[in-house]
Amino acid sequence: MSQNPETPENPVGAASPVVIQVEGVHKTFGDLHVLKGCDLTVRSGEVAVLVGPSGSGKSTLLRCINQLEEPTAGRVLVDGVVQGYRAEPLPDGRWQKLRPVEIAAQRSRIGMVFQRFHLFPHLTALANVMEAPVQVRGLPRAAAEAKARELLERVGLGDRADHYPSELSGGQQQRVAIARALAMDPELMLFDEPTSALDPELVSEVLGVLKDLAADGMTMVVVTHEMGFAREVADRVVFMDEGRILESGTAEQVIDHPRSERLKGFLASVL
Amino acid sequence: MTTTHAPDEGFTPIRAKAAPRPGTWISAVIVAALALGLIWFLVTNPVLEWGTVTTYLLDVKVVQGVGWTLLLTVLSMILGTVVALTAAIMRRSENPVLRGVSWAYIFVFRGIPVYTQLVFWGLFTVIVPKIVIGVPFGPELLSFSTRDLLTAFWAAVIGLGLNEGAYLAEIIRSGLNSVDRGQTEASKALGMSNGTILRRIIVPQAMRVIVPPLGNETIGMLKTTSLVLAVPFTLDLTFATNGIANKLFTPIPLLIVAALWYLAITSVLMVGQHYLERYFGRGFDARTPARAGGGGGRGGRSRQAAVNSAGTTPQDPLPEVEL
Ligand SMILES: Nc1ncnc2c1ncn2[C@@H]1O[C@H](COP(=O)(O)OP(=O)(O)OP(=O)(O)O)[C@@H](O)[C@H]1O
Ligand SMILES: [Mg+2]
Repeated sequence: MSQNPETPENPVGAASPVVIQVEGVHKTFGDLHVLKGCDLTVRSGEVAVLVGPSGSGKSTLLRCINQLEEPTAGRVLVDGVVQGYRAEPLPDGRWQKLRPVEIAAQRSRIGMVFQRFHLFPHLTALANVMEAPVQVRGLPRAAAEAKARELLERVGLGDRADHYPSELSGGQQQRVAIARALAMDPELMLFDEPTSALDPELVSEVLGVLKDLAADGMTMVVVTHEMGFAREVADRVVFMDEGRILESGTAEQVIDHPRSERLKGFLASVL
Repeated sequence: MTTTHAPDEGFTPIRAKAAPRPGTWISAVIVAALALGLIWFLVTNPVLEWGTVTTYLLDVKVVQGVGWTLLLTVLSMILGTVVALTAAIMRRSENPVLRGVSWAYIFVFRGIPVYTQLVFWGLFTVIVPKIVIGVPFGPELLSFSTRDLLTAFWAAVIGLGLNEGAYLAEIIRSGLNSVDRGQTEASKALGMSNGTILRRIIVPQAMRVIVPPLGNETIGMLKTTSLVLAVPFTLDLTFATNGIANKLFTPIPLLIVAALWYLAITSVLMVGQHYLERYFGRGFDARTPARAGGGGGRGGRSRQAAVNSAGTTPQDPLPEVEL
């Protein structure tokens, strides 16, 4: 291999394959230009932490990766596969959109955890975790249940399996949501401010689960304002501002030695 | 203050006396007197012929009429719900043709009186005597005489069901819309198809909002079945009691027979509604009042068992109390 494993763009090592490739993605909502040409590469096993001021487009970028939003321009590849469109353009130059089932299949390999959990309130914690493996993958119920119990155990909630979400604390709900995403054996996980809706004393229990996942080698993109977490876990910190990626590098480079005035100002406001 | 000391707890509960409310008491006495008067009048009035009422309450014709009325109610509500769910889903579609057809269905079937619709379905076999399936302008593959298929009973069910569907469609649509958008996003992110999301995630949660008005509509349908004479279908409860009344020249006691039966069926339906509300209310508790719109559906036994088995839960701001 000719690549240098020490380059900041590639802190994990040249051997690990690219999982997410965001190429020149723009996103507009009517007249509002939210993403203004974003490029991002995340390699297998890498933890990328996305930081930036409110409204800078972090959630929108994350949502473009698993097609909850359609990019207006540019494209997203996961494992080298174009998301949402056929690999090759049509003869007239247009891109053929995939059918809903094909998009669903692409999404099922990407786990997502939301700021406000979005657990299914009519299902117990266990049933929340079992739902997608049974309904999407067609796993037999017994196998799905065994797996769900194992995952709940892993996030420290083995004894809460029969509780409904309304009977769990915020931190417990978010851990169930993580277990629910893991149940689909995702190749990568997206976290959109997973601890922002939590009381301060509950933040650490969720960050603990994220750290364990990172240690197990999960590829992760995490939007967060927790700089301590970024410093400890991130292989790469990405700073977004006004729809652009302004700086990207190790936590040391980005958090401790910011180059742009925007990043200095942002860090002053969150640290 | 007098103290009944509670040594374990270390505090003395307040012994409170209610504030005087004479107005409430006076009105309660007046209302009770009026109610007693009415009951006395009903029991002693000879015109009501309670003897005849008891004789015919369990008459074979009447009981069969109850059976037919129940069957009409259940089948037309099932048809109405299926049609309404289809119409509500079409209304949410991105395709303007599907949205338009759904809108037109609701407009037509909600706008025409049920009675008129029932007469129409009664005449359907005259308007459309034969249904042919085949290649257009080509050979016939299959042909039915509608007279053989569409008996008066099924004409009544279709007439009642399609009319009901138009009302239920709006109820179901608002129920589906009441489910948080985050639920759909979370399901999509898990790779669920639109059909699975609707069936497994949206509809079960919408049911909590839909069941109370659905219960009202079912009770309404029970009473609307008394119009099936328009088809004409002549076996239901109202027709049976009217028939007996006309034979005996005693309309009043048989009206009471019918009324008692309708009330009895309504009570049974209300019990069913209670259990449905409890079932679909599972997982939604008093702690989230903003989301718990109607129907105090609580999780019931399994929820309480779950809380008990968990032991103390310091994160829970409210202790669980069996209601
Ligand atoms: N569906 C939408 N329709 C219209 N505007 C939208 C939509 N989604 C996001 N926006 C706008 O796009 C901009 C970026 O939003 P986004 O949620 O990506 O920001 P963010 O960086 O995640 O901010 P925060 O830290 O507050 O979550 C905001 O101005 C927002 O109002
Ligand atoms: Mg956001």
